[in-house]
Order: sequence, then structure tokens, then C-alpha cells
Amino acid sequence: MSPAVSDFVIPVAKIAAVILYPMVMVVVMIWLERRVVALIQGRLGPNRVGFQGILQPVADAVKLFFKEDIIPRQADKLLFNLAPILVMFSSLLAFCFVPLGEPLRIGSYTLTLWIAESPVGLLIVLGLSSISVFGVIFGGWASNSKYPLMGALRSVVQVLSYEIPTGLTVLSVVFFARSMDMVEIVRRQEAAHIWYGFMLPVSFVVFWISAVAETNRAPFDLPEAESELVAGYHTEYSGMKFAYFYMAEYTHMVLASSLVVILFFGGWLPPFPGVKFLAFLHAVPGFVWYLIKIMFFLYLYVWIRATFPRYRFDSLIKLVWKWLIPLSLINLLAVVAVRYLL
Amino acid sequence: MAFKDIELNMGPQHPSTHGVLRLKLTVDNEVVLKVEPVIGYLHRGMEKLWENLTYTQIVPLTDRLDYLAALSNNLAFALTVEKLAGIEVPKRGRYIRIVLAELQRLASHLAWAGFMANDIGAMSVLLYGFEAREDILDVFEEYIGARLTVHGIRIGGVPRDLDEALVSRIRGVLSGIPRRLKDIRALLDENRIWKQRTVGIGLISAAEALDFGLTGPALRASGVNWDLRKSIPYSSYDEMDFDVPLGSRGDVYDRYLVRMAEIEQSIRIVNQALDKLPPGEFMAKVPRVLKIAPGQVFQTIEAPKGVLGFTIKSNGTDKPERVKMKSPSFINLQSLEHMCRGNLFSDVVGILGSMDIVLGEIDK
Amino acid sequence: MLDVPADRPALREVHEALTGRFPDSVLAGSFEKGELAETIRAEDLLPVLRFLRSEHGFNCLDDLIVLDNVRLPEAPAKRFSVLYQLYRFPGDVRVRLVVDVGEDEPLDSVVPIYRSADWAEREAFDMFGLRFRGHPDLRRVYLPDDFDGYPLRKDFPLEGKGDGL
Repeated sequence: MSPAVSDFVIPVAKIAAVILYPMVMVVVMIWLERRVVALIQGRLGPNRVGFQGILQPVADAVKLFFKEDIIPRQADKLLFNLAPILVMFSSLLAFCFVPLGEPLRIGSYTLTLWIAESPVGLLIVLGLSSISVFGVIFGGWASNSKYPLMGALRSVVQVLSYEIPTGLTVLSVVFFARSMDMVEIVRRQEAAHIWYGFMLPVSFVVFWISAVAETNRAPFDLPEAESELVAGYHTEYSGMKFAYFYMAEYTHMVLASSLVVILFFGGWLPPFPGVKFLAFLHAVPGFVWYLIKIMFFLYLYVWIRATFPRYRFDSLIKLVWKWLIPLSLINLLAVVAVRYLL
Repeated sequence: MAFKDIELNMGPQHPSTHGVLRLKLTVDNEVVLKVEPVIGYLHRGMEKLWENLTYTQIVPLTDRLDYLAALSNNLAFALTVEKLAGIEVPKRGRYIRIVLAELQRLASHLAWAGFMANDIGAMSVLLYGFEAREDILDVFEEYIGARLTVHGIRIGGVPRDLDEALVSRIRGVLSGIPRRLKDIRALLDENRIWKQRTVGIGLISAAEALDFGLTGPALRASGVNWDLRKSIPYSSYDEMDFDVPLGSRGDVYDRYLVRMAEIEQSIRIVNQALDKLPPGEFMAKVPRVLKIAPGQVFQTIEAPKGVLGFTIKSNGTDKPERVKMKSPSFINLQSLEHMCRGNLFSDVVGILGSMDIVLGEIDK
Repeated sequence: MLDVPADRPALREVHEALTGRFPDSVLAGSFEKGELAETIRAEDLLPVLRFLRSEHGFNCLDDLIVLDNVRLPEAPAKRFSVLYQLYRFPGDVRVRLVVDVGEDEPLDSVVPIYRSADWAEREAFDMFGLRFRGHPDLRRVYLPDDFDGYPLRKDFPLEGKGDGL
């Protein structure tokens, strides 16, 4: 293969894929959320636009595209415009380090299903996804209005607090896998013939709860609580800028689901990877399993949203500081102890 | 950057203020210091209007007061006029009125349950409550033709009879409601998040509640056993056998439990009334032009939101001299500030929801 | 002296206690359609209410009604009648107090005795222009603060005056 193709075309194609993949997932999510929430509530949801409402996200996108872009008069224009870009940028960039499956062999060329692999890939992803907090603060502050500001402050406290159990539970996985490289973590799960979620159930549950809180989703969606703050930090946004916040939230959800799947659910491994008579499951390509698992977690996000009431802010903070952080600390110590004793 | 003494405005347009209500809140870092409700956005001058209409013409306008429980307003007004004019409603009419009024109470409480749960975040309960309510509204539509502003109780009795088909349809609707109620209760009753948002929030003691003039389920949740259907029975309620659910602490959770229990009691009352429905006339002989000799009465009923009453002064003509409405939500709203003080800003929404106010009734 | 029928012992007792304690204040009494109404002097309003609340257990003010008497055929001396509907709980006894007050005469606010009178008195001010001495915050409750006129007065036209707002 000529260097022009392997050094230029393929990386550019991969970057395009990395941008497209979350966007496609966002489109699917918009449809999934509205249909699933509707069906849980005993109604139908959008089913007119296209077959079973599949084109509803297109309709939404077109509508948002044509809306008037309103900037409040006293708003800080630079930060106001920067906020949605930051939120979107941080989650998209993190996808560069998220692997999708085993490298594919096409002829003599090995196509890796990731853009970059780094020995500290996990750390980079966690760090990049935290940059979105800045977008939230800028949005709330620059709107020059009390409701967005309150929403932004709540969101900041929430995200910062929930970073801690996220980090601690991730550490327990890293400890087992002896690596922060996400590809390596999945390979370790393959070698151990078990998904880490079954070995470290406490870590899995705490990480999942923290992931829901990090993405500002119900029942932790106080910063954008419709019935209290009208729309929280993105109250004053309209048109494409609002669309950016909206898409960024879903992108974040996809990223969080990807992390859960890679760290705890075996990434692209089929279920029961070591069991001999289930070896036929390997016939299905790895990234298909990966997508199935991600869809399951995205469905779980929506299911939880339609069911539970919203946590009040102080209960939310109490939950993380009184329960999740001590629990994840004890869990980490237990994991270390067990590993050393065995 | 601190939030010291910030004035926040939950304006007339807000997803959670159950109508056009404006709340001026003063908060200190999320703790509520002062709440000032500003009303009047829906003021239509009803009392002035009523002085220029005949008694029969006023009855459909009373639907628009508490528009989520139109039949209770009709009933209160009709009872007051009947007391003033000395009209006696035949027994079958009284029983049908009980059926209609309790069905309306069911519809009102189911709507309340949905709205309150939605405000606190449990979106699905809204749809479950409204699904159950739809069946009841369909019954009203079959009975008299309207779903919301029903005008189904008139001066002297009820306009139409409940025939066998309608009776069995009502029984069918009633047998379907406990299932939905079970769904809602399963989602909320023992839910940790729901209890965190409602237990110990918006406390008001029995003595304070009586002092503020609070009535209805909110008062009963504080432990005060005052239900006008038992203490000053009207329209044959004394012949019905039912319990009055009471709370103990007077917080949002107790108000929620009291109203859910009232739904069950209402189902019980309607079934009894349908079983014991006596034969006979359902409407008394009321002259077409109803002129009432000068006099004055005050009559109250136990509406879903509280004690609803009318004072009517007549002057010998077919139009009243003065009609004054005692609106439960108007008086209940005054205690909002007392309940909200010291709680967090997010709780204001829950407390307001638990008080179950309707702006049409407050603003007249 | 009003004769309350014997089958309403509670009302009989209230009537006798009131006329016994405040013989000069009670100007008239009536019992019709099962309701007891006592007309009292405006200056004795607060003492009478305190008496009824503390010694006879009337712990609820059900409603505060204002009547405009200007168009009545037997035009009385004072323009407005303010009715206080009292309720005793438990016990379910109802009593109505009637106070006649002139057009520009202020009336004592009963908020110190019954907190539920707060908005009711604001409504009376908003609709009739009655002023209450000692009310914590007497301003309009339904209409905008700069509204001109008192709509429920009989001489205020149904269609409103001019623009209204």
C-alpha cells in the first residue's frame, strides 16, 4: 500500500469516521429516547416522520437549523458562543482514543479501529471529557441571567464531585488490568475469560451511577431541570447553539457508555469469551458486539430517565460524598488486598 | 460569587406553577427566605358578572372557576341557591350528584398526582394519571357532552338520568382505576428519591394550619379531622359509608398519601351510591324564571381542593344582589410562605404541587 | 331579643353569651334559613372576635364578605356591610357577624386574630376600597397596583371605565 494512502487517506477517513460515529449515535439516540420514553408512558411518541418515526431527528435538526439565533443583549458574546463549542469539542476529541474493536485484516493491511492508542489512553479520555465543565460554566455565566447561572453552578459542583468515584472505580479496573491502555484492558479481559463487571460488581455499579451523574442525566438532571429552572444553563440558547448542547449531551452519553463497556463489559468480546461451546459467538465481528452493548447502556439511560423522580441538589451531593466516595475507596482497598493475597 | 438574598422570579410563565401564578422568591444560597405570591393574572371579574346574570345563567360560569373539578363548583352553587330558595332536591337527584361529585374528585386528584410527580421529575406518572382520568372524562362526555367544563349539576337536581348503560360503564371505569393507582404507588410510595424530596418538606402543624385557614386534604394531612362531608353533610352524604384519611406530620409526603387514599375512598363512595340508587325523580320542579325572595345564605361543600363555599344575597329579582365565593385555593395559597420558609429552592415546586391550587379558583 | 329556636342549642348559647357580654355592641340579630347573624358596632369588632375565639372556640374565619348597600330600596345609613363568617371546629357551629361601615371609614383589621383574613381584607380593599387599620400589607390583590376604581361597587360599570388598565 502506498504511503499516500496509508499515511494520509486512511487517517483522514478514520477521523471522519470518528466524528461520524458519535453523530450517528446521537441521531439514533434522539429517536430512541423519544420513542422509548413514550412507550413507557403508555403513549406512542413520534411515529409519523418516516417509518416508525426514524426521520424525526432529521426533522428536529432542520427545525433547529432554521431557528433564529438569539443572543441576550447583556451576554458576554465570546463566552456565549464558545460554550457550546467547548462542550462538543471535548467529547468528540475523547473519541479519538476510544477503540472500537480488534484490528481488521484487509489483505496485507491491518486496519486499527482506533485513531490513537496511548499507554495512558484512559486518563486522556477522562481528562478530555472533564473539559466540558468549562462549557457549562461559560454558558451559565455568559447568559447573564439568574436561572442559567444557578444551573451552571449546580452542574459544576455535581460534575466535580462525581469525578472522584469515577476515578476511584476506574483505578480498581486499572489495577487489575495493569494498564491504562484501553485496548490492553479489553485484551486482559479476554485473557482472563471474564468481563471485569462480574469480577468487580461494586466498581461497575458505582461507575455507572457516576457516569449518569456526570452526563447530567436523570435522576441527576437538576442543572437542567425543566420544572424548576426552566432549562438550566442552556435556557438562553436557541437554534444551532442549543442543538450543540443537545448533541453534546448525547455524545457524552455515548462516550460514557463506551467507557463502561470497555472497562466492565468486555469491550468487543462476546459474552462468556472463554466458554468453548459458545465459540461460535466469535463469528460475529467484535465491533458488532460492542455496538450491541453500547445500545443496551443507552437504553438503560432512557429507561432510568422515564422512571425515577429527580434528586434534589443536596441529596445528590450527600449521595456522592457520604456513600459513593467512601464505597469506592473501600472497594479499591478491597480489590488491592484481594489481588495481593491471591 | 454567593447567592445572598437574591430575588428570583418564578414568573407567570413557568412549567410548574399550575397556571398563571407569579412567585417572588428571596433566596439565600438556595435556602428560601421569603415567598410572595402575586395573583390576578386570570382575574375575569366573575363576581361582578354574576350580579348581572340570572341564577340559571350563573351555573355554567361556575365551571370555569376550578376548571379541573367543574362539577364541584356547580354543586356548591346549586346547593346554595337551593338553600336560599327552599328547593328540595329529590333523593335520586342527590345520589346522582354524589356519583358525579366523587367522579370529579377522582379526576381532580388523578390530575394533581400527575402534575405533582412531573414537577419532581417522575414524568411517567403524569401519563399514567391522565390515562386513568381520560376514562372518567369520557364518562362525563357520554353523560352530558362535555369533558372539562361539564355543567352537569343544575339548580334543582341533575339534567339527565343515569341509565343502566351509563351505570355499568361507570362501574367498568372504577374497576380499571385501582390498577393504574397501583402502578403509580409502586413508582412513588417507597421510592427513596421521592421520599427524600417529600418527607419533612413543607411542614405545617395542625394549629398553624387551622390558623391560616387551610382546608381540604392539606389540612387533613396535618392530622385535623375536618371533612365537611362528615361534619355538615350535604346531598345525602350522611347515608354513605366512607373513611376520612388523615396524615400525621403535615409534610408533602403526608399530603400525597392523603390524596391517594381519598382516591380509594371516592371509588368506594361511587360504588355505594350506584348500588343504592333509588328510583324516582332526579330534578325538582324549578320555575323557568327563578325569582328568590330577599335573603342571604352561606353554603359550603368539600371540594377536591378544600372547602368551597358561596354566599348569595338575593333581592327578590331573578338576579342575585351579591354572590361571594369562598375559594379554597385562595386561602390555602396564603400558607405557602410559611411552608416554604427554610426549605430549599427546589422544594418550592414540590410544596406548591402538594397544595393543589388552581388559578381559576384563586383569581375568579 | 331574638328568639333562636330550641333545636339549635349551640347557636342559642352563642347568641345569649354575646348579648350578655356585649349588650350595647349587638345592634340586631337574625336567625333565618338556619343561620345566625349578629350585627355589631364597628368599634367593638376586635373585642367581640377575641371573645368568640378564645371563650367560645370559633377558631376559623371561613370567609369575609362585603356588601354594597348603595342601591338597596331601604338605603341604610352606612354604605358597606362587612360580614365575618365564623366557624367552630370541632363542633361545626357557624355564626355570622355583620358590621356596617361607611364609605371612607376605616375598619379594624382582624389579621391579629385570624391570619386567614390577610388576603381576604386585601380583596375587600381591591374590590370595594375598604381600608383596614393595622393590616400588615394592604394593597391590591387581583388588579394591578395602579388601577383606578373599585370594581365591585355598584356604581362601577360592568364594562369597566375607559381602558381599564
